[in-house]
Amino acid sequence: MSYIKKPKILRDNAKRNELGMTYTDYEGSMSTLCAGCGHDAITGAIIETVFDLNIPPHRMIKLSGIGCSSKTPAYFANQSHGFNAVHGRMPSVATGAQSANSQMYYIGVSGDGDTLSIGIGQFAHAIRRNLNMLYIIENNGVYGLTKGQFSASADIGSTAKKGAPNLQTPIDPCQMAISLGATFVARSFSGDREQLVPLLKSGLMHRGFALIDVISPCVTFNDHEGSTKSYIHTREHINEAVYTDYIHPLSEIKVDYPEGSTLEVDLHNGGKVILSKAHKNYSPVNRSDAIRSVRESDDRGEILTGLLYIDESQADFIENENTIETPLNELSYQNLCPGSEKLAKLQQRYK
Amino acid sequence: MKINKQMRCKQKRFEVSTASHNNFTVKFANVNGTGSSSANGLFMKSIFRMGIPVVGKNYFPSNIQGLPTWYEVRASEHGYLAPSGGVDIMVAMNAETYAKDLGEVDPGGYLLYDSTWPRNILMAREDITVLGVPLAKMCNENFDNARARTLMKNTAYVGSLAALLNMEVAVIEQLLLDIFGSKTNLIEANKSALQLGYDYAKANFICPLPFTTKRENKTDGYIMIDGNATAALGCLYAGATVGSWYPITPSTSLMDSFTSYCDFFRKDEATGKNKYAIIQAEDELAAIGIALGAGWNGSRSFTPTSGPGISLMSEFLGFGYYAEIPTVVFDVQRTGPSTGMPTRTQQGDILACAYASHGDTRHVCLYPSNPEEAFHFSVKAFDLADQLQTPVIVLSDLDIGMNDWMIKDLKWDKNYNPNNGKILGVEELEGMENFHRYLDKDGDGIPYRTIPGVHPKGSYFTRGSGHNKLGLYTEDAQEYQELVDRLLVKWETAKNLVPKPIIDFSDSNDYAILCIGSCDDAIREARDTLTKKGLAFNYLRITAFPFSKEVEEFLKAHEKIFVVEQNRDGQLCKLVAMETGIHLEKLDSIRMYDGIPICSRNLVQEILNRLKEDEAA
Repeated sequence: MSYIKKPKILRDNAKRNELGMTYTDYEGSMSTLCAGCGHDAITGAIIETVFDLNIPPHRMIKLSGIGCSSKTPAYFANQSHGFNAVHGRMPSVATGAQSANSQMYYIGVSGDGDTLSIGIGQFAHAIRRNLNMLYIIENNGVYGLTKGQFSASADIGSTAKKGAPNLQTPIDPCQMAISLGATFVARSFSGDREQLVPLLKSGLMHRGFALIDVISPCVTFNDHEGSTKSYIHTREHINEAVYTDYIHPLSEIKVDYPEGSTLEVDLHNGGKVILSKAHKNYSPVNRSDAIRSVRESDDRGEILTGLLYIDESQADFIENENTIETPLNELSYQNLCPGSEKLAKLQQRYK
Repeated sequence: MKINKQMRCKQKRFEVSTASHNNFTVKFANVNGTGSSSANGLFMKSIFRMGIPVVGKNYFPSNIQGLPTWYEVRASEHGYLAPSGGVDIMVAMNAETYAKDLGEVDPGGYLLYDSTWPRNILMAREDITVLGVPLAKMCNENFDNARARTLMKNTAYVGSLAALLNMEVAVIEQLLLDIFGSKTNLIEANKSALQLGYDYAKANFICPLPFTTKRENKTDGYIMIDGNATAALGCLYAGATVGSWYPITPSTSLMDSFTSYCDFFRKDEATGKNKYAIIQAEDELAAIGIALGAGWNGSRSFTPTSGPGISLMSEFLGFGYYAEIPTVVFDVQRTGPSTGMPTRTQQGDILACAYASHGDTRHVCLYPSNPEEAFHFSVKAFDLADQLQTPVIVLSDLDIGMNDWMIKDLKWDKNYNPNNGKILGVEELEGMENFHRYLDKDGDGIPYRTIPGVHPKGSYFTRGSGHNKLGLYTEDAQEYQELVDRLLVKWETAKNLVPKPIIDFSDSNDYAILCIGSCDDAIREARDTLTKKGLAFNYLRITAFPFSKEVEEFLKAHEKIFVVEQNRDGQLCKLVAMETGIHLEKLDSIRMYDGIPICSRNLVQEILNRLKEDEAA
């Protein structure tokens, strides 16, 4: 068998969330990725996120395309629904699924290969539709499953394992997303769970398309000297623009922020995103600022992280489609069929 | 005005007899973008309203304005709906194509043209009659603005035809009222243009011609509609809620129709919101992904497309087959390969649809033959997709999808309820210890599925990678094979669920004709013609893939079967040979693939030639 079931250890004193579920209830099967893979750390952060947010597992749909990253939905939330689509085309499946039922939580996990090459079209159009989903890119600059070819996010001059440098310009999903009108754009690092979890929470609760580009080093093919997506390089060049905290509805704000230093964004679910600037001039609610700051950091060789841009005011996909709130898949047939008399009447126009 | 400008042909072919009523073809040669299609439609519909069976075929360019376009109207007392293969009256309105149009008129026929500019070239044939009507001149004199002068020329030639064919002007005028409703100025303009043409013909030609219209009652209980509209109605009545698409000729009007029907019938009364979602995708790759996502999530979903779209959708179709997700794809076929001729018809995707995608993949296909069947098969496709948990492809074509056909009134069975197949609900899941997605509990190859979000026990993982019957990832040889073998069991089950073939026996069992889809009407007419010549043919029209046992039995019972289809490579012939036990030698493949709907005239000739060859051999 190529499928490894994770042993489930039940402890009486295990922490339970508001649904009475334990952390283990949100785990998946055993990861088959390489030891030390950044993706596994992100999987852990996702589990923490959905546990803390008290998401009923069966109300969540996790989707992915093809590649190492796209394997990971099998490694979290076993009790949720999973859809491992064809290469680069998870956004279209998410679009269809959301049309059928807008009342579910949608988490997409993709990679830089899946999103920025074959999937770049669907990625762009999911953003344009403002599909209500959390879209995570586990970005390592390399194709892992086919053993180490450059991906479209590889920086110029970054080298492959055998030393050859990449010569083509990289595609930055965050800059692309902001310019396409994405309503939530963040960057993080798989090695920084403290930053990542609040971003995941905010992204999942944001109404509309939430992109989180997570630098997630590939220990086997892209963690060497010369790579700009290695653990060391990422740690040395990371530059956090905005600290983010997510406050769930009705929960108390535990952290005291110095007055005037923070920006609160109300989410449609009643929760709040608290943003505190690390950079004086950075405004995560101004699109031009955001794109310029990301661009300038990039020019300096820095990796700007945090919630780079948020706009909670835009209508999402379902609102723009003017689709009824009741999930379409729950409408009874009687509610959908006009009946025989109306068919007869309609045909008068074809007489 | 001088009476009788008409130049009679030397050999008169027509004699006034009963047979000359209601049997003629009028072909309109126009420039596209000049408003001719409304006038041509007016002409056809008026004949229909006179109770005379009629059909219209549109031969249009892949262009918006300025290129040649033709519209052919055939009145047929027997209700034959395929082109006749000849032209009795050519309305030649396009100087660019005069020569070609002139050549197409049957000997003894007529050519009507705008004599504002005399064309000597049109007098080149002595075996036809040329009728000149100064359409531009009359319209310039009677209408003020430029647009009206262009448009009303079209209505004016309808007026001339009405006089020549003895049509009831009141019927045409009533139709104008129905079309334009409250736009009185348009009604008045059209009425006066109609009268101009009518009066001119009456004053200058011998009216009526030897062949005329004559009121009948053969269209009561019928409508004139295209197959894209009826397929869309099928989607509406099947309860489809999610439609995704990327615009492509000739399937576009299917989604346009669905949109307008939904706008009318599917608004939530309380909120005014949509009880449907129509998503214009970025391409066909996404259109099928959206359809599958919605189907997987428990909505009836569909996507209309044409050949190039099928090519793009193929990978996802294989996914749908392997992961067992219901959705419906409409392939309104056009001429291939590649971009081909987007506005011409063909049955060129038979093999591409049957086996779309890599690996061992087969798809359930339905082959409607006209708009009436497009409606019923559309509904059936949703039931089959749900029952079999797989994508179902409805192969229509441009002829069915975009041309106006006369079909029986569509009837809806009040007692219809969608067959959603094996879906486990809350109660069933509650009582289960574990749910496994791909177990074949009933031995019919069809597993049980759940709708996401319904119950915690119903969760499962859907993937296109190797999976076992429990729904878990696998690379295990046995587990993999067990699952793909079970899909074959399902394929066998499908044979009993798909629509039965249409079989019609004649007095003799010597020969048979086999076809699918829009070849049907040309074959019906050809069989009538051949029967009169003492050659009776049995007939099998396949309506679905996989082939049911009735198809196998019919094939076995015949020694020689003509397989008629509209593609170059004999795709249906090959599919039948591959998928049944029949010997290839028994099949005689007849292929007509120039992009024009097939006509019985050519078909009869071809069959006679083949039989003669056989005799000689």
